[in-house]
Amino acid sequence: MVFAIVLILLVIGSVVFHFLSPWYLTPLASNWSTIDDTINLTFWITGSVFVAVNLFMAFCVIKFRQKKGSRADYEPENKKLEIWLTGLTALGVAAMLAPGLYVWADFVNPPEDADVMEVIGKQWQWSYRFPGDDGMLGTVDTRHTTAENPLGMNPNDPNGQDDIIVVANDVHLPIGRPVKMLLRSQDVLHDFAVAQFRVKMDLVPGIVTYLWFTPTVLGSYDVLCEELCGIGHYNMRSHVIVDEEADYKAWLKTYPTYAQTVSGTGPASAVGVSLVEQGRQLAQSRGCVACHSVDGSASIGPGWLGLYGKTETMADGTTAVVDDAYFIESIVDPNAKVVAGYPAIMPPASFTDAEMKALIAFAKEGLGEGTN
Amino acid sequence: MAIVTHDADEHVAPGEIPEMELYHPKTWLGKYVFSQDAKIIAIQYACTAIAIGMVALVMSLLMRVQLGWPGAFDFIDPSAYIQLVTMHGMIMVVYLLTALFLGGFGNYLIPLMVGARDMVFPFANMLSFWIYFIAVLILVASFFVPGGASGAGWTLYPPQAILQGTPGSDGGIILMLISLALFIVGFTMGGLNYVVTILQARTRGMTLMRMPLTIWGIFMATILALLAFPALLVSAIMMLLDKLIGTSFFMPAIISMGEQLDYTGGSPILFQHLFWFFGHPEVYIVALPAFGIVSDLLSVHARKNIFGYRMMVWAIIIIGALSFVVWAHHMYVSGMNPYFGFFFATTTLIIAVPTAIKVYNWVLTLWRGNIRLNVPMLFAIGFIFTFVNGGLTGLFLGNVTIDLPLSDTMFVVAHFHMVMAVSPVLVVFGAIYHWYPKITGRMLDDTLGKFHFWVTFLGTYAIYYPMHYLGFLGVPRRYYAIEGTDFIPPSAVSLNEFISIAAIIVGVVQLVFIYNLFISYYRGKEAGSNPWEATTLEWQTADTPPKHGNFGEQLPLVYRWAYDYSVPGSERDFIPQNVAPSQVTRSVDDA
Repeated sequence: MVFAIVLILLVIGSVVFHFLSPWYLTPLASNWSTIDDTINLTFWITGSVFVAVNLFMAFCVIKFRQKKGSRADYEPENKKLEIWLTGLTALGVAAMLAPGLYVWADFVNPPEDADVMEVIGKQWQWSYRFPGDDGMLGTVDTRHTTAENPLGMNPNDPNGQDDIIVVANDVHLPIGRPVKMLLRSQDVLHDFAVAQFRVKMDLVPGIVTYLWFTPTVLGSYDVLCEELCGIGHYNMRSHVIVDEEADYKAWLKTYPTYAQTVSGTGPASAVGVSLVEQGRQLAQSRGCVACHSVDGSASIGPGWLGLYGKTETMADGTTAVVDDAYFIESIVDPNAKVVAGYPAIMPPASFTDAEMKALIAFAKEGLGEGTN
Repeated sequence: MAIVTHDADEHVAPGEIPEMELYHPKTWLGKYVFSQDAKIIAIQYACTAIAIGMVALVMSLLMRVQLGWPGAFDFIDPSAYIQLVTMHGMIMVVYLLTALFLGGFGNYLIPLMVGARDMVFPFANMLSFWIYFIAVLILVASFFVPGGASGAGWTLYPPQAILQGTPGSDGGIILMLISLALFIVGFTMGGLNYVVTILQARTRGMTLMRMPLTIWGIFMATILALLAFPALLVSAIMMLLDKLIGTSFFMPAIISMGEQLDYTGGSPILFQHLFWFFGHPEVYIVALPAFGIVSDLLSVHARKNIFGYRMMVWAIIIIGALSFVVWAHHMYVSGMNPYFGFFFATTTLIIAVPTAIKVYNWVLTLWRGNIRLNVPMLFAIGFIFTFVNGGLTGLFLGNVTIDLPLSDTMFVVAHFHMVMAVSPVLVVFGAIYHWYPKITGRMLDDTLGKFHFWVTFLGTYAIYYPMHYLGFLGVPRRYYAIEGTDFIPPSAVSLNEFISIAAIIVGVVQLVFIYNLFISYYRGKEAGSNPWEATTLEWQTADTPPKHGNFGEQLPLVYRWAYDYSVPGSERDFIPQNVAPSQVTRSVDDA
């Protein structure tokens, strides 16, 4: 009896939890309301089965519990009942599958007029690329990738010269326009996922994958990497900011074309911002903070709070004072000196002299010098 | 009364049954260590599996500590966290569940339930265990090599599994792959034994359609394993080659940590296909024995035949066959050709039909039964509840469209723990409470058993049911920390704390079960040969525990199916399989 009551309470509790739970789908911010509809339909069908089967079982436990002198029926099979149950189940399954496939057909066929842009993943940082005025993305190859050409652009492809290179933490998209994202990875598997847009897809080195959606609500949305990609996986984040068309265009103008990155004539950014603030923004946008905390919390690499001026002990037992030279060396050739207790996994990065100055200013003045 | 295939009046003539020659050990070592008796091998398998499973249980608790109270322990850093995730998953799926169901229950129950003296290849059977044991040791050794164990996730996806940036990408992953390869070699030796024994060594009268469903489940699972594990074996070997001699099976051109690697042209998705061609049948390698065992537990303790036996057998076969054409539902968002989604979503949802039939038949077995709520029965019914929940959430993930938002979130973690962790483990517990009296001759303590059941059943539901909702919210899996997003509210961390507390309670209470196993061995109530009044052959042995050779002088003859419970006209409410029609005591009112 107790057992049956517990089963009934679990069924009721599960249903109540479902309706009262504060944890549920985030408010939708894309065109994919059909995905939410499919989920709701599936909930109704599976929920009914869950309640029916378990209540039936609880009833049996109450009604057919062994009593003195009672005896079970002998009924090896009941063809008619079995055929009915099979048929009904098949019907329920079809009712869920059909809309599912219908929506999927929509997902695999992006609209012809969708804007095309590219998302590039590498451990543990997102970058983006937009086609320039010609509306075409230039070809790329992982083997072209260098610190100066972080996205591996083909230097000889005329289509790529005007591509806009966004090596930054955030990306903007215009509201109401379908966008087809081409996804590409330079090292391991990653996955571009935004909860509010509902869609996600892996980035696979060696091939280009895609997903599409139409942003429908202005705002800033977290991008998470959702395919395990190593130690920094949980910190591989970014934001999609959905803008009005005009704001989006203005934002895009602040980023250089590929040709400009080659000639070093990009739009001047961060004018009138203090050196420390420029450094803070660089540390954010270039992904340093994914592994180097700036608030003193534990992180994958040595945290930057109070780091400058400290004497660090290296894996080989030597020591070094964190000064400008050490800082620069650790960025351009990270494995030259590795602090004891941390894995030697940092990729070398490339900054202009001005950027490097800003970073050091941020570490030194913004985060305070350490004591030994 | 309807005429059915297992007509009790069908006569079986006693015939010449060729006796198999048993190996008679002369030393203590030969009897208990390098034993060739399937029952001893079963216990060796089970003890090793449970021991390494306890290690993996502790790992899961450490993960829960990090999720519930982020940063509470310094030694759980991001790198240690994904190592825990990886090793917990791999150990539980392969080294615990597969080994326990097939190596443990398979070895113990197959010869006894089909009426054989032993497995047909006892020496290979013994080797099977020892190779498994070495595989476990190598896996454990991977914790202690420089760089530690692999942190690639139990799916071991390349390229990251063998690149810097993932913990254990040197020694750890190499030892993991070698250990897996050995496990497969060992398993194959055991697996061939199980299949051949079931096909060739059944006693006279034990037709395939009279076999208990436990044997059907283990039989089909073994066939799946023999066909599926080779895919894992080749992918392990190919990845070892990529790692050690620089081939590019799974490795395209890559820049790792700013450096151009020499790889070119390989396909990471090829690995995923191979892995899941093994990995999906693996789910049923664990589930089918559980399905079979739970069918028998329900029937025995409800004192009623399993409902729709033939349908149950066919469902096992159909599920087994379908399990080979659904693998890519694990890869909907992997970047494979998205048109595959149509095919795999369809096959995946079709598999729900035979699975649902099994559930219906379990609950219909309870209908008009005479239910004894013994501890094994509590676990069996608890299993149905959990499995219904876990099976239904599979309809979300299997439906390709719904997988888009839910893939790689905590919903997936909740789903697969419900369906292939908690459900099979509830069956494992039920089965141990059920068969322990045969294995040791003593009953497990009832009070401790009930306590163990209630905490485990309710506790695991408290862990995994709310976890689905974190997944709906979009909380990703395999994340060391979820702070710092706009869409995950602080209440999600509170919920994580609640889940962690439930997990720790459930984890600690398993010690009560272990204690029960030990204490009952010495102080348990004498069980007698057939404490549950069951019909199958293992309960009809001359000795309890059965001696080497199982059945004494004469092998049993089988006259009926395994489910003659509460047969009208019979005095007792069960007729063992080896009771001839002429020996059935008629009840008075029937005469």
